[in-house]
Amino acid sequence: MWAILSILVENKPGILFKITHLFRARNFNIDSISVGVTDNPDYSRITITTIEDEKRVVQIVKQLDKMIDTVEVKHLDEHKTVYRELSIFKIKLSNANDSMEVNKLANAYGGKVHDVKTESMMVELTATPDQIKAFEELVKPFGIIDVARTGVAALQRSGA
Amino acid sequence: MNKMETMSGAKALMTAMEKEGVKQVFGLPGGANLPMYDEFARCDIRHILARHEQSAAHMADGFGRVSRKPGVCFATSGPGATNILTGIATAQADSSPMVAVTGQVAVNMIGRDAFQESDIIGMANPVVKYAFQPRNAIEIPGVVRKGFYIAETGRPGPVLIDIPKDVQTNKAEMTFPDEFKIQGYHPWTDPDIAAVEKALDMILNSERPIILAGGGTIISSAFAELQSVAEALMLPVVTTFKGKGAFPETHPLSLGPIGMHGHAEANKMMAEADCVLAIGTRFSDRSVGTFEAFEKRLKIIHMDVDPAEIGKNQNAQIAVVGDVKVSLRIMVKLLMKRAIKKSEESIWIKHVKETKAYWKENLKIHPGEMGAAKILRKLRDILPKESIITTEVGQHQMWASLFYDVIQPGTFFSSTGLGTMGWGFPASIGAKVARPDVPVVDIAGDGSFSMTENSLATAVLEDIPVIVFILNNSILGMVAQWQRTFYDRRMIGVDQQHCPDYVKLAESYGAQGIRAQSMDELDKAIKTALSSDVATVIDIPIDPEEDVLPFVAPGTSLSDMILPS
Repeated sequence: MWAILSILVENKPGILFKITHLFRARNFNIDSISVGVTDNPDYSRITITTIEDEKRVVQIVKQLDKMIDTVEVKHLDEHKTVYRELSIFKIKLSNANDSMEVNKLANAYGGKVHDVKTESMMVELTATPDQIKAFEELVKPFGIIDVARTGVAALQRSGA
Repeated sequence: MNKMETMSGAKALMTAMEKEGVKQVFGLPGGANLPMYDEFARCDIRHILARHEQSAAHMADGFGRVSRKPGVCFATSGPGATNILTGIATAQADSSPMVAVTGQVAVNMIGRDAFQESDIIGMANPVVKYAFQPRNAIEIPGVVRKGFYIAETGRPGPVLIDIPKDVQTNKAEMTFPDEFKIQGYHPWTDPDIAAVEKALDMILNSERPIILAGGGTIISSAFAELQSVAEALMLPVVTTFKGKGAFPETHPLSLGPIGMHGHAEANKMMAEADCVLAIGTRFSDRSVGTFEAFEKRLKIIHMDVDPAEIGKNQNAQIAVVGDVKVSLRIMVKLLMKRAIKKSEESIWIKHVKETKAYWKENLKIHPGEMGAAKILRKLRDILPKESIITTEVGQHQMWASLFYDVIQPGTFFSSTGLGTMGWGFPASIGAKVARPDVPVVDIAGDGSFSMTENSLATAVLEDIPVIVFILNNSILGMVAQWQRTFYDRRMIGVDQQHCPDYVKLAESYGAQGIRAQSMDELDKAIKTALSSDVATVIDIPIDPEEDVLPFVAPGTSLSDMILPS
């Protein structure tokens, strides 16, 4: 299963290392990771997505919970969660129509266009990982020069 | 909070440790921890000099397991710190309370590959319960308080405190906190009473229930509770190797340890059971064989203080998270409330007792006068029941498991998780410091003992009279056994060629060395050692071809035991 883990930690040096070390040492996989300070500067939120079977996800959550530096660990239900990832695509332009076509696709996905040149253009897209994947498939025929992705940021919906 | 006082970080460390009740530190000095060492001149804490940092850590570990208070070891930066790592990892694998304090290069030198700099925080991370590196002297009292608290609460474990040299020398206005908060640390959970009640019903509704007591039973000293439950429900008790002696092995319901070299009757009955009350165990592969085969047809009730152990290696039908002593006490109360006290022997318990009697009678042992079984039974016969045993790692360790019956619970200690050769002797020194009133014996093999034999200097010079009991087959026996069994007798890298002579070695350190080549000599040697006030090494030559049997080969299940033919 694809699981979103939201980990609230004390904002101290070395904690990200410990979290990633735990994943490596326990043979768990990290699909994506994002880190940022919360409104309270004493805490950071680490969001990790992972692909593991359910039993192993339960075990990861327990091992993370056991860590002294973690304040709160949640396995978020993706249906009750707002989760997004920022991606930036640099796309090759081969003929005059290409930029218009890419522009259309970007608009359809709610993306923003940047740095349009004769030979390439960039699209910034904030969406779910599935939508980013779908967009990637659509622009692949033009030629993708580079992609940068941030990993997922996620928060549970109120009342969920 | 008490009143503020200006002092150095090193002084604050020692003061804070005194407040924790620390009476001694096992360690070795070096450039980066000299300010701490200088404080020994001005405090009441005894320093016990080890000859290798790994041994210092094992000594602290042995002290911690016996006293159930963190043992403390000191090492310098760089190689001192890396040497201590094996000792820390050993303590972590066996949930032993320990506080290791290392010196570090000065804060402004960190990250510059300074002389004797090692990133010990990074290296130790996966093998500590927690690690601190105070960057300001003023942090030290709080770090020590939290460090000791973390080491000894919940599931115990080693805590590392790495102190840069300038943080040791810098002065600050110190306050020593009585109260503190660690936001993400919740060591204790109250056991769910309803779950205990369900567990009891599951046991009562099973035909062939059994208790599996693990090391957690010993750590939480739940001996009386375990015995009450076993006797009231008339349940046979097997243990893991780490749980050996959680239950008196001379008790009629005791079957001894299960596992790779478990007792035949224990493995047989574990494999036949339909419901297990597993107490304070992680279901290690060495105990249960293949995970899939073990949990097949078996209902598992799992009591553990560590919620992450539930479902890690075995799926439990009922889980009770909490200190196992508390959980078992709840079960004892339920038994009393419901007036459950079995007196009639079930078909199952009759079968268990017959099986036990059969194997006590029929397990084939080495025919020679100096076979391992006879040697260890002799030791058991002579030692007072309260004696503490530590072991090294290898054949002798498994023979001790098979043939040395623990009478008084909580008197048997071994490196069971990490399996660290060389652990037993320094650990026995730590154990003897914790319990100077009882005999402490390290059951050793020649291979393991040679790894930390220089701790003889510590035992002699610090006047810590332990007994080293070497079953000397002049071979790395367990490896040799595997080479005989799985590698067509190709014996590579195992022959010790009778080097060194352990009697002379002991004497060169000022210890007593005795060789015992017959049962009479052994009898005398043990009695001489017990009445001596100096550390004694008893060297007992044995047959290098003797195997440890029964044997559950790796990757097989407990019912596939290889028995002596």
